[in-house]
Amino acid sequence: MLRVELIYWLIGAFLLVAAVMDARAKRWSSAAFWTILAAPFLAGDWILAAAHDGVRWPAQAMGIGLIALGALAARGKLRIHEDDRASATKRLTSAERLGNRLFIPALAIPVTTIVIVLAAPHLKWNAAPLLEPTQATLIALGLACIVALAIALRVTRAPFGEGLREGRRLLDALGWAALLPMVLATLGSVFASTGVGDAIAAIVGATIPADNRIACVAAFAIGMVAFTVIMGNAFAAFPVMMAGVGLPLLVLQHHANPAALGAIGMLTGYCGTLLTPMAANFNIVPAVLLELPDQYGVIRAQWPTALFLIAVNVVLLCTVVFR
Amino acid sequence: MNAWPLLGVAVVVAGFAMRINPVLVVVVAGITSGVASGMGTGDLLALLGTSFVSNRLLLLFTLTLPVIGLLERHGLRERAQQWILGFRRLSLARLLVSYLALRQMLSMVGLYDIAGHAQTVRPLLAPMSEQAAARDAPLNEVDRMRIRALAAATDNVGRFFGEDVFLAFAGVLLIQRFFDGQGIHLEPLAISLWALPTAIAAFVIHSLRVAWAQRALERARRAIASEASDAAR
Repeated sequence: MLRVELIYWLIGAFLLVAAVMDARAKRWSSAAFWTILAAPFLAGDWILAAAHDGVRWPAQAMGIGLIALGALAARGKLRIHEDDRASATKRLTSAERLGNRLFIPALAIPVTTIVIVLAAPHLKWNAAPLLEPTQATLIALGLACIVALAIALRVTRAPFGEGLREGRRLLDALGWAALLPMVLATLGSVFASTGVGDAIAAIVGATIPADNRIACVAAFAIGMVAFTVIMGNAFAAFPVMMAGVGLPLLVLQHHANPAALGAIGMLTGYCGTLLTPMAANFNIVPAVLLELPDQYGVIRAQWPTALFLIAVNVVLLCTVVFR
Repeated sequence: MNAWPLLGVAVVVAGFAMRINPVLVVVVAGITSGVASGMGTGDLLALLGTSFVSNRLLLLFTLTLPVIGLLERHGLRERAQQWILGFRRLSLARLLVSYLALRQMLSMVGLYDIAGHAQTVRPLLAPMSEQAAARDAPLNEVDRMRIRALAAATDNVGRFFGEDVFLAFAGVLLIQRFFDGQGIHLEPLAISLWALPTAIAAFVIHSLRVAWAQRALERARRAIASEASDAAR
């Protein structure tokens, strides 16, 4: 049976390759960053199994690793923007030559993923499912990336090493931003374990009638928007509001559909992203790029869309979530 | 109830407001909540470590980077730009609505980074929008800036309300991880399909606003034109 660990090992191997390439180029911060980050992928199973059996030092070492990642990220030497203007003409001629064939490998990722997901229940190996059933989507995506890379190498006639080099280039361009969703999810787990969710739920419960599910939905939606506006990031607001209101009040008490609540709740947060200068790369950077006299010009152009959409989402939450 | 762990939330809010590196802010916030809840150092480190490892699938997208990087090196972006250029002779509203639809659909299949403010809005969409609006009469400076801003807003709306439909998007996986950690197992596909109603609503609402912006622009011009002809009389 193909297990999700196989995909984790692939990610770990890729991160290590990126670390080696950065070390060779004497970018020590990046090399250290990707090396530490490879640890949860290469040794994650063992760390969790050891913690489960009461051996805590591997998990504690990983905790120290996480703090080191935060310190490395804050040193700000990670994001490397390589100027590749010299190769711009090369890319243009290549685009002319390859034409729409360039889209095939990019589209192969989602298409292959969906095909494998749909086929997974029918794929058997010695009467056992070929893909671990609970993680079929993620295994499918990992396999789809390999298929797409093979197609891309064939279309562009590039050597395999170029794929790794280009992947490393993008990884370094993302820098710490690549890690942000993972650390935010970690924060969500930590908030849940340390009672932050309970505290917020208690405050919300004291201010709104928790028995009234419409009031709970309104508190959840407004909280998602407000936290997103303050933090500039719906991903950061999600674990807080979900642990505080969404899970205890809406899912557990009022039996909301968790998939619908999660998806629509996240998108309600996105409406907050349209409203806030904190989401600088979406709202302030384009105002600068487009040489607008008003740095809030983009927000001014999009706030009515955001408000109408918040209203639609609240109506959706009230109707579809409680079926 | 112990309210001190809420300090972690305060650290997040303050840290983001002060533009400190977000990864560092988040790590410090986790430590703050742990200490405030009365946890010992050993327990706290173990909690950080196991939580971090448990959420590792959020880095799954890194496996797409070699493919995308390779394609970019061979002109994927340039090809996408040439393709969009085919839409040159459209009215302002049709141009922006077509772009919105295209942006949403590309995001839905995971290609949300193929376009963006630097890649497509500044070099393509903003100038094309101005050109489309100025076809009948020259634009004044205020309207020109308003149209540029509307182009950028259209890109944001298209990206935001498309990407959550892609089942391997980090946001979808974040939702899945959260519920998984609480013992509720969800398929990413189920979550991503629930993003569709809002995606459709976003398309309708923003399209109507774009159409309305074009009508307002035309009406203002007609008013100016009739004033000018009145003055000439």
